[in-house]
Amino acid sequence: MPIQKEPARRVKPYQIIQAVTGIGCAGYLLYRLYTVLIGSPTYGTETWARFMIAGLILGSVYALIAIGYTLVYGILRMINFAHGDIMMIGAFGGYFTLEAAKSIPAGGSNFSDAYPFAAVLAAFLAGVAIAALSGYFLEKIAYRPLRGAPRLVPLISAIGASIFLENAAQLLFGAQRRDYANPAVLTRGEGWTLVINGAKVILPYTGALTVILSLLLMVALYMLVMRTRLGRAMRAVSENKQVAALMGIDVDGVISQTFIISGALAGAAGVMWGLHLGLVYHFVGFIPGIKAFTAAVLGGIGSVPGAMLGGLFLGLVESLGPAVLGISFQLKDVIAFGILVLVLIFRPTGIVGEALTEEKV
Amino acid sequence: MPMLDIHDIHTYYGNIHALKGVSLTVEEGEIVTLIGSNGAGKTTTLRSICGLQKPRRGSILLHGEDLVAYKPHQIVEKGVAMVPEGRGIFARLTVAENLDLGAYIRRDRRGIQEDLEHVYGIFPRLKERTRQVAGTLSGGEQQMLATGRALMAQPRLLLMDEPSMGLAPLLVDAIFDVIQTINRKGTTILLVEQNALMALSIAHRGYVIQTGEIVLKDTAANLKNNETVRKAYLGIE
Ligand SMILES: Nc1ncnc2c1ncn2[C@@H]1O[C@H](COP(=O)(O)OP(=O)(O)OP(=O)(O)O)[C@@H](O)[C@H]1O
Ligand SMILES: [Mg+2]
Repeated sequence: MPIQKEPARRVKPYQIIQAVTGIGCAGYLLYRLYTVLIGSPTYGTETWARFMIAGLILGSVYALIAIGYTLVYGILRMINFAHGDIMMIGAFGGYFTLEAAKSIPAGGSNFSDAYPFAAVLAAFLAGVAIAALSGYFLEKIAYRPLRGAPRLVPLISAIGASIFLENAAQLLFGAQRRDYANPAVLTRGEGWTLVINGAKVILPYTGALTVILSLLLMVALYMLVMRTRLGRAMRAVSENKQVAALMGIDVDGVISQTFIISGALAGAAGVMWGLHLGLVYHFVGFIPGIKAFTAAVLGGIGSVPGAMLGGLFLGLVESLGPAVLGISFQLKDVIAFGILVLVLIFRPTGIVGEALTEEKV
Repeated sequence: MPMLDIHDIHTYYGNIHALKGVSLTVEEGEIVTLIGSNGAGKTTTLRSICGLQKPRRGSILLHGEDLVAYKPHQIVEKGVAMVPEGRGIFARLTVAENLDLGAYIRRDRRGIQEDLEHVYGIFPRLKERTRQVAGTLSGGEQQMLATGRALMAQPRLLLMDEPSMGLAPLLVDAIFDVIQTINRKGTTILLVEQNALMALSIAHRGYVIQTGEIVLKDTAANLKNNETVRKAYLGIE
């Protein structure tokens, strides 16, 4: 009997395309890095520091929003495309609270400037509460009745909910862009001054608040998922709803709580966005929503640490990318979405997570 | 009054009429076994009891209270636990987390800790692997985990769906020993088994189900000697 030969390994055409694209991208990136850092440096250290600061701030907001995508995906295997709009609702919650605080006279000026800590805390609480509530009702109204339907159905419902929320906000609050009324001590653009390379680099107060607060929230969320009874129930439901129910877990209740938590984080992100970047309007959640979705996919959808890393990474890439690639800063969105496409082609499982596939339903 | 009194349940999967009027009772303290060939409706019967697949008709009385109106997690709170077919462990969680989830409905920390020690006493292998991710356990260890996890709920009625499936003979004996032990300590058991001979040798009574209908019921000893049962389920001529 002839010894069977091992069949020749067939290289599929898409693998060739993958390899060529991959090597091409990596090579070009290295070339650009060499050029801007060593070959003919375009920017000084101080400019890179500014980019890094901006990227970290943006990234920590993305990370907070991305966690919401990942939690909901983990538990329902669906992308909650209305999540960005929940962030918008949170931003408005904070906006109106700060407006109210500005209009109340206190201590010679107004409540907001006299008691900035209380005013900002109230803004966060209001934004978080209203966003959490919206998340709860979003699931109850738009997704729960469709449980068990084919996966495309809740996805379409999510897009519908997103359009609804944006239009409802426009109807209620008008289409104009509103300026966030920060307390005086948190005036946008002001901050600590660092001197790097002989130049001044501002570390904005609002940015520091954003980064610190989101890191705290992320640690808290991680502890909740890994250490608490609710977190354990969430992980059980994410793995197998029927067996989770056999443990005595109220599966619908856990799903509701997941939306509440996701909404709360998005609400906090919305208030940070408002405080740091300043403008809110009915469409403000759209771009950060898509960016955070990109971050969640990048980190590996379904993975909480993945969403955190993905968010920070995307923020940095977005602010450093145009400089490294030597393209216009207006093209930063193109970089973010280019990354989404590349990740989906090369590593759909993201950095640490599970694949965005049909199997695990 | 029997502990569990199932009366004429009809359970469907879409249009598939899986249970066509199943009735059975389990008395407090008994081990009752439900035997039948593949696709007869054994799993469906257990799923109907614990609320995962609601019957369209009929009643399932636990201590006289109809379970059909309740959600699965509420039925667990009434003292019914299940070791599901294929074990159903949480593969990405650790052994300890799986066992903790078994006690999800309980709040008595001290009692939970005692039961945990008890389960580790029955299955020392689990104790050596508390931090291990359950998906990496061997099949037999996963079965131990599923059984231990159900015990953590301190059920009054334990439903077991083929606990011996895929186990080496020695382990099968061990699992059946455990079933008898927990039964003697007061847990009532409804046991579904392919291994009919083993099941009948530890059960008090048994039912035979065929294409969604109960065709025979008797004491375990009588079923063991029943001509039809011997031919069809025990493989003895
Ligand atoms: N999810 C489902 N969808 C459709 N039909 C199902 C489903 N689950 C079970 N059935 C059908 O219901 C009938 C009873 O199935 P059940 O799982 O209760 O059998 P079983 O007695 O447990 O068999 P086995 O010994 O193979 O586990 C079978 O005809 C099966 O095909
Ligand atoms: Mg079965």
